[in-house]
Amino acid sequence: MLEVRNLHACINGKEILKGVDLTIKDGEIHALMGTNGAGKSTLSNVIVGHPSYEVTAGSITFNGQNLLEMKPEERAHAGIFLSFQQPVEIPGVSMVNFMRAAVNARHKALGEEQMKSTDFLKLMREKRKFVEIDNKLINRSVNEGFSGGEKKRNEIFQMAMLEPKFCILDETDSGLDVDALRIVAEGFNKLRTKETSAMVITHYQRLLDYIRPDVVHVLLDGRIVKTGGAELAQEIENRGFDWIKEEVTE
Amino acid sequence: MNGGKQYIDLYRESREIIMQHSASLMNAVRDEAFGCFERIGFPSRKVERYKYTDVEKAFAPDYGLNLTRIDIPVNPQDVFKCDVPNLSTQLFFMENDAFYKGNQRSVLSEDGVIITSLKKAADKYSDIVGKYYSKLADVTSDSITALNTAFAQDGLFVYVPRNVQLKRPVQIVNILRSGVDMMVNRRVLIVLEEGADATFLFCDHAMDNVHFLTTQVIEVFVADNAHADIYELEETHTKCKRFSNLYIKTGGYCTVSHNNITLFNGLTRNTTDVILDGEYSELTLNGCVVADKKQYVDNNTLIDHRKPNCTSNELYKYVVDESAVGAFAGRILVQKDAQHTVSQETNANLCVTKEARVYTQPMLEIYADDVKCAHGSTIGLLDESALFYMQQRGISAEEARMLLKFAFVGQVIEQVKLEPLRDRLQRLVEKRFRGELNKCIGCAICK
Repeated sequence: MLEVRNLHACINGKEILKGVDLTIKDGEIHALMGTNGAGKSTLSNVIVGHPSYEVTAGSITFNGQNLLEMKPEERAHAGIFLSFQQPVEIPGVSMVNFMRAAVNARHKALGEEQMKSTDFLKLMREKRKFVEIDNKLINRSVNEGFSGGEKKRNEIFQMAMLEPKFCILDETDSGLDVDALRIVAEGFNKLRTKETSAMVITHYQRLLDYIRPDVVHVLLDGRIVKTGGAELAQEIENRGFDWIKEEVTE
Repeated sequence: MNGGKQYIDLYRESREIIMQHSASLMNAVRDEAFGCFERIGFPSRKVERYKYTDVEKAFAPDYGLNLTRIDIPVNPQDVFKCDVPNLSTQLFFMENDAFYKGNQRSVLSEDGVIITSLKKAADKYSDIVGKYYSKLADVTSDSITALNTAFAQDGLFVYVPRNVQLKRPVQIVNILRSGVDMMVNRRVLIVLEEGADATFLFCDHAMDNVHFLTTQVIEVFVADNAHADIYELEETHTKCKRFSNLYIKTGGYCTVSHNNITLFNGLTRNTTDVILDGEYSELTLNGCVVADKKQYVDNNTLIDHRKPNCTSNELYKYVVDESAVGAFAGRILVQKDAQHTVSQETNANLCVTKEARVYTQPMLEIYADDVKCAHGSTIGLLDESALFYMQQRGISAEEARMLLKFAFVGQVIEQVKLEPLRDRLQRLVEKRFRGELNKCIGCAICK
């Protein structure tokens, strides 16, 4: 599904990614762990095409398409979804209008017919059950006045609406209490199909108890330095990153 | 004395013709107004209230005037379709400065409501018109008002008697029509007696591809306990210049709102002066401007709190794109006796490009010591992080920008009380942002 080759990227002239290689196959869940500032969020931002980041070398292909030549919205149409670490508030744009614009844009890009208004509202009702999101929130402006937990739920709700093929969860667990974490993670699990792949960025084992990774990567100083199974996350939880750093310097 | 010579010459040459084709009540104040204009001339950029607009330049070209009142042989209903669905209004057309002859019966009912040509009313209802005409619009200090008062020959008169409520909004469609570059001096007088209740919707359109220069003076008298909602919507074209001075005076216990929306224009200067001359009155002054290309919009407002216990709320929002220029200056004056005034003034602007310009100047002048007043203004760019967030969800950059701009002015549109009008305005503004508005069916230029 996703192939990252020798990816170098910088922001404001500072190199953050220094040669990342990563292959995620259909249906696989990869966890990405690493210290603060290692480049985890940069990697996810580069995959979705954030304009502040510049790719200086390497390639990203997504189901055979060269992602780096595509606009952010085209990447979204191709099936890439980022659950933002800090979802953005958009005063004055209602959730309904926002989602309608997003769903319609996707239908248009895929050459499908536009949804009827009644069908769309029905879809909204169905999908919000996945994350137990309140109808009141749906009628408000996008993320405006939402609590931290509500914002994260809203990200998963949007994921449910857009049915992506590849999801990036960028610290979706940060700022969530235990119950909210369960709801968000279970919501994600319910949405998964056999083909859906994901990259889960987290600092903690806790989220991975709910979303079981097939592969765990450790990103340090802009490179993936260690890859293992789900047990690697547990080991990091117990021992931290220092032992990996030592391995790398040896 | 700045410029204005051609207008002084014109008045001297045409005084008799102007008067011959107008009403004696309107003629009675003409010479005095002309004298004022002759003395003060067009304001230079050094005059505080006109510092953002080059008035002299706007009035410099040679425009024709229809002083002999030649009929325009066109039925406005044929060329103009204003489709505000579900909004049932009493519709009247103004052709340039004249009350269209084909309009429905001008005296509406046994309630005594009058909606008619100002020229006719000045003769027929001289007791009412004489009591109010040119009593609020000050010819001594504003040269646009002086010029308009000197040249205006006709316009609109609305009278709502005591305790009469107009069930349907009065919609006035101002249509500019001419085969040559044309100057139009339109005059409007609205009188609401005690306890009267009325809603007005003024729509400005230009039907011909020539240069139009319009001066307009609107005087609105709102007596005690009366209620008035006034909406103005300008949808003209880039060759139109509009100078509109609106004067409102309220009594006590009034509710008055004015909503001024500039969707498409060339150069627009709106002056809005409101005097709150009775206790416990409530005023809302809202405005929204969408400008791009080289459009220019200058809104200048004054709220004069003269009596205690009144409330005023003012909100103007601008979206200025491409090389357009927006200006806003709002002065709130709280006089010595106006204790317990509550006033809030806000001007927020979105500058979309580097070339777009916005000037803003909120002003508070307080002489009472027990009041609650606030004012503020902001100028900002589109939120890049919100743009990217929307793009990540598959919304194109262009659509995302449109949604953000629409959301920005949405706050003003949401305050429109008439639901069908609000829906219609929302659609119009959306069309405007999509660049579809200058292709409207009524617009002769794009046909």
